[in-house]
Amino acid sequence: MQRRRFLLGAGALAASAAIPEALFAHTGGSSRLVLVILRGALDGLAAVPPYGDPDYATLHRELAIAAPGSTDGALALDNTFGLHPALAYLHERFTAGELIVFNAVASPYRDRSHFDGQNVLENGLAKPIGSADGWLNRALAALPASGRAADRAVAVSQNVPLILRGAAPVISKSPQATPDVDEDLLARLADLYSNDDWFSARLSEAVQTDKMVDGAGRAGYPDRVTAVARMAANLMRSDGGPEIAVIEAGGWDTHANQGGAKGVLAARLGGLDKALKSLADELGPLWPQTAVLVVTEFGRTAAVNGTRGTDHGTGGCAFLVGGAVRGGQVIADWPGLRRTALLDNRDLKPTLDLRSVFKTVLDEHMHVDANTLAKRVFPGSSGARPLSGLIRA
Amino acid sequence: MQAEIAVLRFGLGARPGELADAAGDSRAWLMAQVKGAAPLAVSTPLAASDQIFAGLLAARDERRKMKQESAAAATDAKVVNAVREAYQPHYRAQVLARAQSAALTARPFAERLVHFWSNHFAVSADKGVVFGLAGTLENEAIRPHLAGRFADLLTAVEQHPAMIAFLDNQYSVGRDSAAAHFASRRLGSELDAPKRQFGINENLAREILELHTLGVNGGYSQADVTSFAQVITGWSIGGGKGRLAGGVPGRFYFRDNLHQPGPKVLLGKTYTEEGVRQGEAVLADLARRPETARFIATKLVRHFIADDPPKGAVDRVARAFLKSGGDLPQVYAALIESPESWETDARKFKTPEDFVFSTLRALNVSPGQPEEVVRTFELLGQRQYTPGSPAGWPDTSKSWDGSDALMHRVLWASRVGAKYERGVEPVDLAASSLGAYARPETLTALRRAATSGQAVALLLMSPEFQRR
Repeated sequence: MQRRRFLLGAGALAASAAIPEALFAHTGGSSRLVLVILRGALDGLAAVPPYGDPDYATLHRELAIAAPGSTDGALALDNTFGLHPALAYLHERFTAGELIVFNAVASPYRDRSHFDGQNVLENGLAKPIGSADGWLNRALAALPASGRAADRAVAVSQNVPLILRGAAPVISKSPQATPDVDEDLLARLADLYSNDDWFSARLSEAVQTDKMVDGAGRAGYPDRVTAVARMAANLMRSDGGPEIAVIEAGGWDTHANQGGAKGVLAARLGGLDKALKSLADELGPLWPQTAVLVVTEFGRTAAVNGTRGTDHGTGGCAFLVGGAVRGGQVIADWPGLRRTALLDNRDLKPTLDLRSVFKTVLDEHMHVDANTLAKRVFPGSSGARPLSGLIRA
Repeated sequence: MQAEIAVLRFGLGARPGELADAAGDSRAWLMAQVKGAAPLAVSTPLAASDQIFAGLLAARDERRKMKQESAAAATDAKVVNAVREAYQPHYRAQVLARAQSAALTARPFAERLVHFWSNHFAVSADKGVVFGLAGTLENEAIRPHLAGRFADLLTAVEQHPAMIAFLDNQYSVGRDSAAAHFASRRLGSELDAPKRQFGINENLAREILELHTLGVNGGYSQADVTSFAQVITGWSIGGGKGRLAGGVPGRFYFRDNLHQPGPKVLLGKTYTEEGVRQGEAVLADLARRPETARFIATKLVRHFIADDPPKGAVDRVARAFLKSGGDLPQVYAALIESPESWETDARKFKTPEDFVFSTLRALNVSPGQPEEVVRTFELLGQRQYTPGSPAGWPDTSKSWDGSDALMHRVLWASRVGAKYERGVEPVDLAASSLGAYARPETLTALRRAATSGQAVALLLMSPEFQRR
């Protein structure tokens, strides 16, 4: 697309003063973080099959992934866990020492509503209500100064999800192309918005973000999640681009006909794997300083339900991948799938709080200080102790 | 300002002359709209859900036959997409009729309430089986019951094939049902373990409790979800083959042989009804509970008044709900009678739907082609009938106010301006669509615009037009 000149009316210039020259100045060396939210509750027992657990095949039956070495078997991680065969790229990263696999993890939320579960995942509290802002936005305010622009995070969507909402300014940008809008109209709108802070802030943000991806080639990607991932990478690679990006992908709520090594969920996982590869490819030189955290609101039932799917559960899986990640590890204090070990006689029991992972990544990778993390970013999370050694020193 | 509030906040935006119609007794103007059913305002014939479903089954059979006949057909895009193709015209016709109805209706308050309930009882067309059926839930289950009792609306929705299919209840099977017994007897004699075990799917039961009635904090437990799922085993769709044949294809059908027999306990009460009556009795009770009244009241007040629902209005609407036994016109009246409804400063940021429908009404135009509507909503990020989740589209500004979203609105507004600029007098348009809400600086900008198309775009993108 054509480069859009910055042409805002006098009124909006005041509002856009928050976007200083520094946006276009080079500042280097700092870490990059991408958060991928899988909405709908990914079945962790399919994505990270515990093939070595004696109860796995009995409970997950036709949805279970066979042991490594068998036809359509899991991609081995260790003697207990593997990856779903559709996650070939992630497995390659594991072998290369760039992927940590978490299993039996969950947010502190213990009921089974998607929407409350996503709220807890994003608000960083123990309860679905009580905060109108997200933990990643609160962390933004505590990032060490970098001399970068005010907008240090981007939501790769038309609108900003809860995790990034809050006082710190963030931008949003979707991969759907907006062909050039008439410059004169934009200038006049900027003028019309000059008495309305809410509208003028958004317009100047939109104009600025549009400049970042000039020439990035946004149209024509066949796969939506891949398009979103590439857009995130393009934005992050632009001069003065954001250090943090949030990507969302839906379609994980597999109540019926979930499939095993092949089928509906396998296709979704393949799409995710491809998107993560595109993200790494497009980040290119930034990859060594990047960590990508993939999370979902909760896991699914250990047993198959009556319609060859799984219902809402609790413990699940998460991934941390990137050049900055001290990979090649599986982190799972595995409770087992025996009837008596299950939560409420149905779900994988979580043994690790996702907030422990979040805290550690923000501390080791983004250098947010521990006190701020405990008090402001994740208040009331003293039970969720930070881990160590997730990020390369 | 009473007329503006009635038309912009409770209706779908002003058509020329509508502000004058609503002037005087604006409350009476609104209440007159919520009497009786609320059919589409256009007479386009739309296929019914059972016809559409029958078409789907035929397309599936055809596909199966073609795959059996030739291996090449299995990868042929035309064959693979046969089901989608069977559905496509229905989806487009429903989306077009919806937009036309929103553009033209003389009962915009009723139409907005239809949209509200359709979003409350959301199904999503991005699930393959729902694609061609999504609009039928709104047209067949919601429109007829808009001004009836909540209990009847609820039952009509939960027994609609689009909802059953969306939340996977059609093959949810009781462990002790006739079908499960038959299968275990037969399969038990075989050497291999059964490939499939029969059991429940708790999706529909959970979402009825969480999203349709009590709300997530409504005091139910996992045991209640499981029990309710047992209660509604057998709530299915007619059609099918062999042992699953029965009922009229595409209509709600209670499959007694899948139903878990016996009494069940839910929220502390034992239900001894048999068959389909048991689930209907549970729905009738859920529809009367105070948690349901409060949950529905909160959602209505959030939709019509403010993102952060004022407690006084919620209390008033919840009381009316409980006292009237869920008589919807009395619930709507309580909303209209709440003083918070008539405050001029509390305005909601329009969703893409609000924006598009109010634009059509302001310009007094109705879309002629489905592509136009489908593409518009794709561009603006609210593909019709595709909220993606059973919770429906979010109903607060924060979910719609991204800067990227704003830029897409600017783009669409500029296209609309270019298309409809002929014969438009922008300042008059501001008056007829916004009344007293039009700000002097907007009128000045319209007068100074380079073209009347640009003026239309500026009007549509003005802060006062973007809010309702």
